Amino acid sequence: MTGRERIILTTHSQPALARHVKLRMDDTRQRWVLLAPERLLNPSDTAIAVLQLCDGQQKVEDIAAKLAAEFDAPAAAILDDILPVLQDLADKGYVTA
Amino acid sequence: MTAPAPIPARVPAPVGLLAELTHRCPLQCPYCSNPLELERQASELSTAQWINVLDQAADLGVLQLHLSGGEPTARRDLEQLVAHAAKRQLYSNLITSGYGVTRDRLAALTASGLDHLQISIQDSDPVNADRIAGVPGAHARKVALAGFARALDLALTINAPIHRQNVDNLAAIIEFAVSLGARRVEVAHVQYYGWGLANRAALLPTRQQVVQSIDVVAKARHQYKGVVTFDFVAPDYYAKRPKPCMGGWGRGIINVTPSGKVLPCHAAQSIPALKFDSVTDRPLRDIWANSEAFNAYRGTAWMKEPCRSCEFKEADWGGCRCQALALTGDAANADPMCAKSPSHGEIAKLALVESTAADPPALIYRTPASAAGARSPTG
Repeated sequence: MTGRERIILTTHSQPALARHVKLRMDDTRQRWVLLAPERLLNPSDTAIAVLQLCDGQQKVEDIAAKLAAEFDAPAAAILDDILPVLQDLADKGYVTA
Repeated sequence: MTAPAPIPARVPAPVGLLAELTHRCPLQCPYCSNPLELERQASELSTAQWINVLDQAADLGVLQLHLSGGEPTARRDLEQLVAHAAKRQLYSNLITSGYGVTRDRLAALTASGLDHLQISIQDSDPVNADRIAGVPGAHARKVALAGFARALDLALTINAPIHRQNVDNLAAIIEFAVSLGARRVEVAHVQYYGWGLANRAALLPTRQQVVQSIDVVAKARHQYKGVVTFDFVAPDYYAKRPKPCMGGWGRGIINVTPSGKVLPCHAAQSIPALKFDSVTDRPLRDIWANSEAFNAYRGTAWMKEPCRSCEFKEADWGGCRCQALALTGDAANADPMCAKSPSHGEIAKLALVESTAADPPALIYRTPASAAGARSPTG
């Protein structure tokens, strides 16, 4: 986490939420929020579904396969969707791998 | 507890609580965001009262908690407050000068559930840094605390207030902040209220210096892409449009002072016409939704021209009320940082004169004794 290199995610990466980032249900506004210092994000439904599977164990390809089954969509298309989402979150420091 | 009063639909729920736990601070930075009238330790809320404030804030919809001061670690009960915040799922951010925080204390705070640490630095040069903080040795203690944070794997932001007396060092300051292990760096030009306003002639950078600082940050963003995030706060004296102060009055943030006064922003007490309620005699929800102070400048109904008919009135909310009062004499005027304000030209002239004066005045340090001198007219 204190690494000084940009993390580049691949299908084999095992992404996890950074320790200082919190994903929680906001009961007042009835939506999921991602909390970080001075940041409050309302991720898209896709991003939330991905983030909930980012446990540091599952690979990006496993996550894509799970979502493909859940949403009845081709895994390759899901992978194309979620890799840039995860890379963006990693670039902002919200996701590690 | 009785059923909470409903919040009117026109009032959004707050997302952030700025808890100024104490005004006590070992440092004397001349741009401190605390009011000139510092509250005394004897008037501070108790642990139980703060825990009650956190509960009320969480019930009201607050998601983020900024533990600030003064120096918040001067409160011995900070671990209890952090633990309670974690219990209520409030995202806790400790905003500290770094002075007097031992490794054990930081470990205890982390174990209590602290989410994030923010340390302010005054410069990368230790001598100038200590001179600005007004306390010898302050800089070295900040460096040590950053080391403790790295050892604990606690996420760190370095906040660097920028002004005339360190702006030319900005590239080195950023490099230094990154070397301390910061994953997020705030380059925050000083905002000129309260102590900052009193010291404006000593602190306001030139337009050229501000332009250069924007360039330095852009380069750093590029250099550290994916590794360090940067936030940049501009000094509004050279702007054409005002900043949406606090994201709009009474729209997202609640500030509670050490004694429990509830403010729409940390500088709001500089508006003498407003009366502020306290958590000691009114529920937070009721203060947020219905109090005179929060409704005074909430929304757009209070606006005069040029704000009233302005297409940006729901983007910048007329700018900053405290600045409008301090510089134009009426808190309901447009913030004079806006080019549409009749006072804008005068402010631009003043900024030019003050920032380019050959001999800036001596700094007025933040001490209770110097508050009287700081109150002299500056506009």
